[in-house]
Amino acid sequence: MAFDSFSEFLNMGGYGFYVWLSYGFTALLLVLLTLNSKGKDKRIFKQINKRLKREEKLKQVAKRNAKQDT
Amino acid sequence: MWKWLHPYANPEVSYHFTGKLIPWFAVISAILLTVGLGMGLLFSPADYQQGESVRLFYLHVPAAMLSMGLYLGMAIAGLTALVWQMKLAESSIAALAPVGATFTAIALLTGAAWGKPMWGAWWVWDARLTSELILLFLYFGVMALQNAFEDKALAGKAASILALVGVINLPIIHYSVEWWNTLHQGATVSKFEKPSMSIDMLRPFLISLFGFAFLAGTLVCMRFRADIIERNSMRPWVKALAKEHN
Repeated sequence: MAFDSFSEFLNMGGYGFYVWLSYGFTALLLVLLTLNSKGKDKRIFKQINKRLKREEKLKQVAKRNAKQDT
Repeated sequence: MWKWLHPYANPEVSYHFTGKLIPWFAVISAILLTVGLGMGLLFSPADYQQGESVRLFYLHVPAAMLSMGLYLGMAIAGLTALVWQMKLAESSIAALAPVGATFTAIALLTGAAWGKPMWGAWWVWDARLTSELILLFLYFGVMALQNAFEDKALAGKAASILALVGVINLPIIHYSVEWWNTLHQGATVSKFEKPSMSIDMLRPFLISLFGFAFLAGTLVCMRFRADIIERNSMRPWVKALAKEHN
């Protein structure tokens, strides 16, 4: 162990602000990127499903119109 | 080798293959990052000149190495997309660019937070810092080009060309500390001689490096899969998958 106490660990020999700022920034950016990447395929599947539903509706309307014409 | 590679040119096969990789990569990355950064923060010795601030090394250097490594991967994908007209290579570029840009941003931010106490300035227009900033803009350029065209094929081609041309920046970044008089120090690890650091620092560094690399792999696979289904959204196999997600 390189530190004797927790407060010494936080202090980082006087460089605490810079060290924890960097670790914080890194964690923040990577968490945001992970959340964005993880949800990306679900968002696209949602879009595809929306489009499929719309196409299905259009098909039914077309079918109904065709029936009325005959 | 071509016979072995050929099935992976099929988007559906690649989609399922990368899906199997993700949980493994994620777990390996979590273990390596916990061990590597834990060792780096708690057990590695302080530097005789830089004191405890040397613990930034375990973030800054892996991020900087990955920012360049991911760019190289993206440039190779660009070449593949242009020469062999492979759509999956364009998906790789789309997946690699945001991840590479994030690691570049981390390298720049942690570098600034390290520069302030060591050099007395958050930022200097030194060759290493400037060329790394250009790398960030190259990533942004590739991402912007990909979204700038309605036509996906044209967008992929434009992004591939920029990714490929930008590769000239990589040797400039690497050798910037030798070619110019920089405030940034020279290479510690990535050189042909023995790394000039103690094994007690090298060990946590290497573990963190692989941890970050596996994290990058996880994220790239996730984005690669999303890009595949977006490009193939008219295919029956994607429609079937979409119904499962309803």
